[in-house]
Amino acid sequence: MTTATPSARGVAAGDARDEAAPAQPGTEAAGTAPGGWRALVVQPLLVAVGLLAFLLWRANATLTDTEARQLGTATLWDSALRHLSLTVVSAAIVLLISIPLGIALTRPALRRLTPAVIGVANVGQAAPAIGLFVLLATWLGFGFWTTIVALVVYSALPVLRNTMVGIQGVDPRLVEAGRGMGMSGTAVLFRVELPLAGPVMLAGARTALVLLVGTATLATFINGGGLGVLINTGITLSLNSLLISGAVLVALLALAVDWLGRVVEHVARPKGL
Amino acid sequence: MSETLPVPSAPPAPARRVSGVPIRLEHVTKRYPGQDRPAVDDVTLDIAAGETVMFVGPSGCGKTTLLKMINRLIEPTSGRIHLGDEDVTNQDPDRLRRRIGYVIQAGGLFPHMMVATNIGMVPRMLGWEKQRVTERIDELLDLVGLDPEQYRDRYPKELSGGQQQRVGVARALAADPPVLLMDEPFGAVDPITRQRLQDELLRIQDELGKTIVCVTHDFDEAVKLGDRIVVFDVGARIVQYDTPEAILAAPAEEYVADFVGAGATLKQLTLTRVNSLHLRPVTTASVGDDAADAVARARAAGDDFVVVLDRRGRPISWPTLAEVSRMAAIPATVDEKLPVVGLGSTLNDALDTMLAASQGGAVVLGRRDSLAGVVTIEMIMDAIQRTRQETAG
Ligand SMILES: Nc1ncnc2c1ncn2[C@@H]1O[C@H](COP(=O)(O)OP(=O)(O)OP(=O)(O)O)[C@@H](O)[C@H]1O
Ligand SMILES: [Mg+2]
Repeated sequence: MTTATPSARGVAAGDARDEAAPAQPGTEAAGTAPGGWRALVVQPLLVAVGLLAFLLWRANATLTDTEARQLGTATLWDSALRHLSLTVVSAAIVLLISIPLGIALTRPALRRLTPAVIGVANVGQAAPAIGLFVLLATWLGFGFWTTIVALVVYSALPVLRNTMVGIQGVDPRLVEAGRGMGMSGTAVLFRVELPLAGPVMLAGARTALVLLVGTATLATFINGGGLGVLINTGITLSLNSLLISGAVLVALLALAVDWLGRVVEHVARPKGL
Repeated sequence: MSETLPVPSAPPAPARRVSGVPIRLEHVTKRYPGQDRPAVDDVTLDIAAGETVMFVGPSGCGKTTLLKMINRLIEPTSGRIHLGDEDVTNQDPDRLRRRIGYVIQAGGLFPHMMVATNIGMVPRMLGWEKQRVTERIDELLDLVGLDPEQYRDRYPKELSGGQQQRVGVARALAADPPVLLMDEPFGAVDPITRQRLQDELLRIQDELGKTIVCVTHDFDEAVKLGDRIVVFDVGARIVQYDTPEAILAAPAEEYVADFVGAGATLKQLTLTRVNSLHLRPVTTASVGDDAADAVARARAAGDDFVVVLDRRGRPISWPTLAEVSRMAAIPATVDEKLPVVGLGSTLNDALDTMLAASQGGAVVLGRRDSLAGVVTIEMIMDAIQRTRQETAG
């Protein structure tokens, strides 16, 4: 023994022979991209500014009687609420159907069906939304619930697909490790697969919500109500103020819903990923 | 093929603690749907309690399939599986698996759960009390050489590959299962880390005496870790089932000889372990000790360096006397390049470690990472010379 190492580079005493640990414990684990939180702050500001601008314009613009009636606070509020309820109700139904279906389709027994289901869903998605609305209306009649059915059919795909993709994306070795240590299939699903698929599934839900806010404007054509009424009236009567108001409000609503979704994704993201 | 009921030769090393149970596979066959040849073809195999049995063989020969049939992650097409004196072939697989530790490559830790949660999984499933689970987690972290305080609340991604694998082993041992199954557990780590993990496993096994079945691609690993080795051929045909020494000395078929490979002298390096050498005692000093005093003691003992121990008695560096005499007190600096081997390390490992660190010696760790002494390159050369002379005459 001649050369002994110089006791180089100061590292706090603790673990003599451990391979250098890469990260500090307790560092921010939620892996949002740099600037991710900034987007989370900027987006609601944009929405607020947009809303403020709209309200200022509304208060100061000189409007015809028709315009004033359509843009009256009560009417606007009703349309917006209606629009939101169309969105929320159909989203809830979509989640209730698509998530369990997506989970079922990733179970070993049904896995064979996955490509077929995705194929069918893709076709549904590719069909023009307005066509779907009209088709369903001629079959089910006009109104709120027909709109809901159309919206559900139209927006089920992102949730379904992301549920399946999210679960399929979980490292199969983790599932094997879970089963190998004696967890039941259900336990592995709820404690390993779903938490790890969560971010992808939530992204799917957010996509569906934004899609719904936009598509719900078509409800007006089958007497479903919502902010689409403004746009439709604006087009029919060539009143740009109505048309633009409707479009702006829908866009603001979509942005707000998207932001809410992002916040949920940020908060619900499993730590440690 | 059923006549190849292997009868292991020489008994295992003398009395050590045994907490494992024997495993018996009886005419086990696995036929995957759509394949004309069975992946595992009528295998009968007895594994003794407390032994480590290594599965080796070419890729695709059915090692993993056979291993996973022991915990029924793969259901055998036919045949019986016994654990201890129980026939577990038709037992509820989830309950069976809670009694069998399972370690896979890269640990297979759940990334969204902290180290403690990962390790406590099976005990919690078994309904242990909270307090008992917590204690068990710390005990296991300690066993695999990770400081509980430091690592308990980390997420897997905050650990190195080797540390993750250690946690994987701890998790598998959580409910104190009598049997441990491992599928290429150290395949995904670098050679130096792999060697340390192997040493660790030897040490743990020495303490616990589980029945371990371990698949490996690396014949040297099989020689190092195994009390016995099973050499398989396609269809999990057992070609030879014997102690490493016996397989090296007399390969059953040319096929095995090919598999074993390499020259005779080099085999010595994998068969002889550091604990068979007379380790050199060394002068030690604890962090914070007076440097001058340490130098004086080393001089008196004829050493030209000092091994520094941390507060848990684990070696962290080995500065030369010249370096020490420049200091006032022994520093707490960790030398990350300190060459370290275990008592169970082979001479091959020890040489590797020294070469990797460009040093003429290495520090030897004993139980719970305490210092056992120092091994030098000269000592290894001597050992090789001696065995050469013995075999020659
Ligand atoms: N799920 C499966 N379905 C069909 N065939 C399989 C399946 N798993 C393994 N096989 C086949 O069974 C044979 C044995 O596979 P096994 O995984 O047990 O080999 P192995 O000895 O572990 O190989 P390796 O050393 O490469 O890991 C291979 O021919 C493989 O292709
Ligand atoms: Mg394998």
